Amino acid sequence: MALTFYNSKVADAINWARKFSLFQYPFVTACCGMEFMATWAPKYDIARFGAEFPRFSPRQSDLMIVVGTITERQAPVLRRIYDQMCEPKWVIAFGVCASTGGFYQNYSVMPGADQIIPVDVYVPGCPPRPEQALDALMLIQDRIQKGQGHSQVVLMKEKGYDVPLAAIRPSQRKGGGI
Amino acid sequence: MANVILERLKAKFNAGEILETGSSHGDEWARVEASAWTAVATFLRDDPDTLLDMFVDLTCVDRVDRKLRFDVVLHLRSVAKKHRVRLYAGVDGEAPEIASLVPLWPGANWFEREAFDMFGVRFANHPDLRRILMYPEFIGYPLRKDYPKEKRQPLVRRLPGSV
Repeated sequence: MALTFYNSKVADAINWARKFSLFQYPFVTACCGMEFMATWAPKYDIARFGAEFPRFSPRQSDLMIVVGTITERQAPVLRRIYDQMCEPKWVIAFGVCASTGGFYQNYSVMPGADQIIPVDVYVPGCPPRPEQALDALMLIQDRIQKGQGHSQVVLMKEKGYDVPLAAIRPSQRKGGGI
Repeated sequence: MANVILERLKAKFNAGEILETGSSHGDEWARVEASAWTAVATFLRDDPDTLLDMFVDLTCVDRVDRKLRFDVVLHLRSVAKKHRVRLYAGVDGEAPEIASLVPLWPGANWFEREAFDMFGVRFANHPDLRRILMYPEFIGYPLRKDYPKEKRQPLVRRLPGSV
């Protein structure tokens, strides 16, 4: 009992450190990238949340942000980059195209990044405003603190713990949401 | 002035190669036999009266209910004369074929690859007729009218619930 208590406190501390030190991998494919760049810029300043540093190498990052349309032809590339990231890792689908395919319902566009990689937070909008990107970042920080990200849950299950996956949609967030 | 291109065409090709001509909104168009495709394009490029030396666009239209199902569409412009023309050639069949214009305009290369990728039109003597936008594993031609609207051919998918 005492050991479990100790372990959970250590996990809390580690998760607290993780959530304020996110290294992003921006997988930017389309026009959503403009709004996403604004999120980095001084006016919205994603650095306030400890996530200002984009690493353009999947091996040095732990938060993948899928920004824009994913075509069927790109899908193997996205999957491969996700596989190269070190665990634990998290994924934000930024914009309706990355979340569901958006208004593209045709032969070439994949209906959502979650067809090939597990997505932790979906951000609606075409494109979303920078505030929504910050909101998504805060959602994923909540998720990290509780240990409920997809890859965290998988790691815990491998160790024999049973952790339920958190509710994913912003509307199910405590206190309402978008 | 406006019809100098069409008049030159009709004077040169009077054995039935020019099927139909027209003029609307200041632009001229001509429908030609697919067998005369290269000859017509070469003539329009080199004739001193037309001098249509600039390749603007080449694409394809699926007229699904017509006898000749596919229209290959070519847009040409003259830099010196400042006029332009639009040429159509009808082709048909499951693997329709027409002559490539890459020997005349190297820039036609990728346009013809796109028409091949999307409509399955074969361009004879094209140096490198591969798909240009879709992946090599793709089966069928997505912009044909009989391709199912939302039919996807995924390369990878994850199983529900897995990472």
